[in-house]
Amino acid sequence: MKTPAELAARREAAKAKLSPPDRPRVLVGMATCGLAAGAGPVYDTLKEELGDAVILTGCVGVCRFEPLVEVIMPGKPKVTYVSMTPEKAKRVVAEHIKGGAPVAEYEIGEDGEAFFAGQFRVALRNCGVINPEDIDEYIAADGYEALAGALSGRSPADIISTVLNSGLRGRGGAGFPTGRKWQFAKDAPGDEKYIVCNADEGDPGAFMDRSVLEGDPHSVLEAMALAGYAVGSSQGYIYVRAEYPTAVARLNTAIAQAKELRLLGQSIMGSSFSFDLEIRLGAGAFVCGEETALLTSIEGNRGEPRPRPPFPAVKGLFGKPTLLNNVETYANIPWLLTKGADALNSVGTATSKGTKVFALGGKITGTGLVEVPMGTTLREVIEVIGGGCPGGKRFKAAQTGGPSGGCIPASHIDTPIDYESLSAIGSMMGSGGLIVMDEDNCMVDIAKYFLDFTVDESCGKCSPCRIGTKRLYQLLEKITHGRGTERDLELLEELCGHLQQNSLCALGQTAPNPVLSTLRHFRDEYVAHVRDKKCPAHVCKSLVSYSIIPSACKGCTLCARVCPAGAITGAPKEPHVINSQECIKCGACFDKCKFSAIVKE
Amino acid sequence: MPNTVTVVPFQGTQEQEKELLEAIEAHAGRPGAAMPVLQKAQAIYGYLPEEALARISAGLGLTMSELYGIVSFYAQFSVNPKGRHQVSVCLGTACYVRGAAAILAAVEDGLGCKAGSVSPDGKFSIDATRCIGACGLAPVIIIDGDVYGRLTPDDIPGILKKYTED
Repeated sequence: MKTPAELAARREAAKAKLSPPDRPRVLVGMATCGLAAGAGPVYDTLKEELGDAVILTGCVGVCRFEPLVEVIMPGKPKVTYVSMTPEKAKRVVAEHIKGGAPVAEYEIGEDGEAFFAGQFRVALRNCGVINPEDIDEYIAADGYEALAGALSGRSPADIISTVLNSGLRGRGGAGFPTGRKWQFAKDAPGDEKYIVCNADEGDPGAFMDRSVLEGDPHSVLEAMALAGYAVGSSQGYIYVRAEYPTAVARLNTAIAQAKELRLLGQSIMGSSFSFDLEIRLGAGAFVCGEETALLTSIEGNRGEPRPRPPFPAVKGLFGKPTLLNNVETYANIPWLLTKGADALNSVGTATSKGTKVFALGGKITGTGLVEVPMGTTLREVIEVIGGGCPGGKRFKAAQTGGPSGGCIPASHIDTPIDYESLSAIGSMMGSGGLIVMDEDNCMVDIAKYFLDFTVDESCGKCSPCRIGTKRLYQLLEKITHGRGTERDLELLEELCGHLQQNSLCALGQTAPNPVLSTLRHFRDEYVAHVRDKKCPAHVCKSLVSYSIIPSACKGCTLCARVCPAGAITGAPKEPHVINSQECIKCGACFDKCKFSAIVKE
Repeated sequence: MPNTVTVVPFQGTQEQEKELLEAIEAHAGRPGAAMPVLQKAQAIYGYLPEEALARISAGLGLTMSELYGIVSFYAQFSVNPKGRHQVSVCLGTACYVRGAAAILAAVEDGLGCKAGSVSPDGKFSIDATRCIGACGLAPVIIIDGDVYGRLTPDDIPGILKKYTED
């Protein structure tokens, strides 16, 4: 690619690939979720039958229906097939692609349509639409147009002001205005600067960044090159989790293709601008998602955070000014630079512009990846798009922000999703994990789960975090084992305050959030644990007891036979009894009883 | 999780050593070389034997204690060999709220060893991992790269059987 004009010509030629006039286009969702659900054999079967018409694509978003296949016949609307197998694929080939009649019984149906209505895709615009391993498909979808525009004379100042005016804020969690960050990095003195992409998506239950990297890697590469052009850098690093092998492989493919077409590397598109990219793999340390720890890790050290200031924009990687953004933030950039600041600015609320991607998980019917305009209510996301809790269970809480965030109770389900509203109720936007919990989840146990995580992931550099998280965990353990007192609840709150104020980095400062938010919204549950020695959700084993209702017991002896501890006695056809001294509370009898004669309290 | 130095004797081959030296050569002198080289070494040997660490130490000009500081910091580095079949049980939030703790217990029962260790016959190792991002299929386990999702504890013996019998 020697000039921007050559790119435009290539785009015209490539467009025929996206909507071929004379043959079907068959897309198979092959992100990690799809592959895990068995998309590989489906793809192979289709490929054998149809050859080049079959394209692999990234995450379509409806994880519960994987493997997914989409068939677009020339001039016809697309048909989405769900839960595919090689056998079903053969039938689709015979009846739909060759016979012209879609196989209605495999189609996605109304639930699936509700999942997509209400979404607005910016960061995920190409995921599940293009082949992430073919640069021409990205180019056909207006890819590298923003970069070509920049190299055809758009000034760095104009790019930064467009980003600033769009109102884009960091999608990694904290929500710092992206344009200001770019301006700081540009203004920082120094002739050597770095552009870094934070793809260390460590928040458990979140997979937004993985989906972007697997489904549309070029959008991140293009955005980083644009950032390099805007702030004056010629070297970028992508720090990505090693737990994401598919994402790493697709990034490598994308970088190689972009270099071959001179969309990355020396004198891009024949201009005087050069920009190179290197991938660095994480090695399983959550703290490396914190920006200073991430930079220390790229430098080849233990990933320990550094005090800020100096901020990375002034003194970052290898001591040089560094611009660091998250994957989803970058994925917005080419779109907004092509469409203009207003395109993003006109979506969302007064202070939170654009869209946010969420990974819906936990006790929700429609697990998957959704992108909604800022300001959409939690109710819309959970009940309308996600279809509510499965099995008719009652929605209890949603957790956003992972180990740094908090639980939002059902009473706040009409809260609009924006940075300020979520912090006002003790949670945070976070990077986009949204875990739904129902009546069967114990909130004290959930808080303990997150503390277990932070104890493990605390880097150990500062003592408030290293010791504080451990002590918090021990207090929660005491409470869930029924040995807690009401004084312990006060102690918890006091200790949380110390961690927030004295920890060195965001990991320690936000570690108390899961405890504080559950204490605030579910104090009753804590009180039930410490005062009544009961776990209302029947999760904490030490506080649960099993007993048999004599009038309901038929004396079938099944429970006595499955009890691993020999704690159940009784003659056949007579009511049985559980000896609470010997019961290990495994619940085997409860699960097996056919007459609902066993109660858990 | 225990990460003490193994007592299993080192059984590296000359080809492995050659590959390692090439990796050291390719990265030596570049900024931040330690992590990529350690990752390569672990890919070559399956773990980080002391012999390999000594080579890296000499090649990159880092002391053994500096290297060990890095190795012990990151969860993915291991100075112990793994079992022939590697079982990873995801304990991410989505899996946890869908019963991953019971899945882990079933795996531990089935293989006779705990998370973070190797079974007595050296055939299996179990890791309790952080979120692998397959939350839509929660709860999940991975055996040698194959993902099994939407599990209940009752599914575990059948899955393990496929690997115990070879």
